[in-house]
Amino acid sequence: MKSLAELAALRQKSLDKLNMRNEDSERQRIVVGMATCGIAAGARPVMNTFVEEVNKRNLTDVAVSMTGCMGMCVLEPMVDVYDTKGNKTTYVHMNPEKAKRVIAEHIVNGQPVTEFMITAEEANNA
Amino acid sequence: MTDLSLHLMDIMQNSLTAGASCVEVGVKAQKSTDLLTLYVRDNGSGMTEETLKRVSDPFYTTRTTRKAGLGIPLFKASAEMAGGDFRIESAPGKGTTVTATYEISNIDRKPLGSVADTVTMCIMGHPGIEFHLILENEESSFVFRTEEVREQIGDVPVNDPVIIGYLKEMIEEQSRILFGGILNEIIS
Ligand SMILES: Nc1ncnc2c1ncn2[C@@H]1O[C@H](COP(=O)(O)OP(=O)(O)OP(=O)(O)O)[C@@H](O)[C@H]1O
Ligand SMILES: [Mg+2]
Repeated sequence: MKSLAELAALRQKSLDKLNMRNEDSERQRIVVGMATCGIAAGARPVMNTFVEEVNKRNLTDVAVSMTGCMGMCVLEPMVDVYDTKGNKTTYVHMNPEKAKRVIAEHIVNGQPVTEFMITAEEANNA
Repeated sequence: MTDLSLHLMDIMQNSLTAGASCVEVGVKAQKSTDLLTLYVRDNGSGMTEETLKRVSDPFYTTRTTRKAGLGIPLFKASAEMAGGDFRIESAPGKGTTVTATYEISNIDRKPLGSVADTVTMCIMGHPGIEFHLILENEESSFVFRTEEVREQIGDVPVNDPVIIGYLKEMIEEQSRILFGGILNEIIS
């Protein structure tokens, strides 16, 4: 049975990973919209997938977090990715499979996934 | 919302929006009385009497980005359609407790879903907030507090993905132990 006492042992594993981090490197940030409309549309499994992938791939310079309403319910689940300079890419209608591709293509390889991005038309209609 | 843990996630977001520094979630299943009780308690701003009165009206919200707040009305409906009750206790400066009950065997009761995912994703997104989780059946209970996690991990942040992964497995395991065979969707 899992218990909090075992966490002390995991602490070292986490510290080793943290130490691998390049002190100077800025973090990329993934922000998942988690208001009622986002949650109802499937935002939680999307966030879950991002966290699992970050863990699996040892991406120590990526932070995953959540925010409230992103203002465009029909486009949820929505995700903003901020690069190390703070530039934002908005992804819409996300799901766990798409989240895996955003990790592989955008976060790891630096190539935003154009087909999941919000279009000008969607932005105007929302 | 397809399951009750998603409603909990949503109600917890209200607590965080209300500036809570501590959010407690409770899930209690009683086989003998066929009663499932869920609650979210916070030490946030609380609601004025006026807000409280109007809060289960879907066309009322204090938010400015969109007109109708849906979170509370949807949670309330989930309970009432499954033979349960719903109540909010709240006062300015005193925080808020939102409670929903369900008949476990009611065919319109939604499955519990993953309380582990709900709680760990909230910790992930809000590492500075304390979260408590209490899972309970008639014989025993499981209590989880982020304060205790912090004691174990020291300088490692609680939203470290390794820590989050472990906490998730721990809560999933406890949910199976405590609710398996009581909530028929959970296999022990
Ligand atoms: N825990 C809380 N503490 C203080 N005020 C709250 C709390 N929960 C709800 N409220 C008040 O009740 C209102 C309605 O909540 P509800 O969840 O129904 O809608 P919302 O959060 O405004 O929008 P939505 O949930 O649709 O994204 C909120 O706008 C807020 O003013
Ligand atoms: Mg809400």
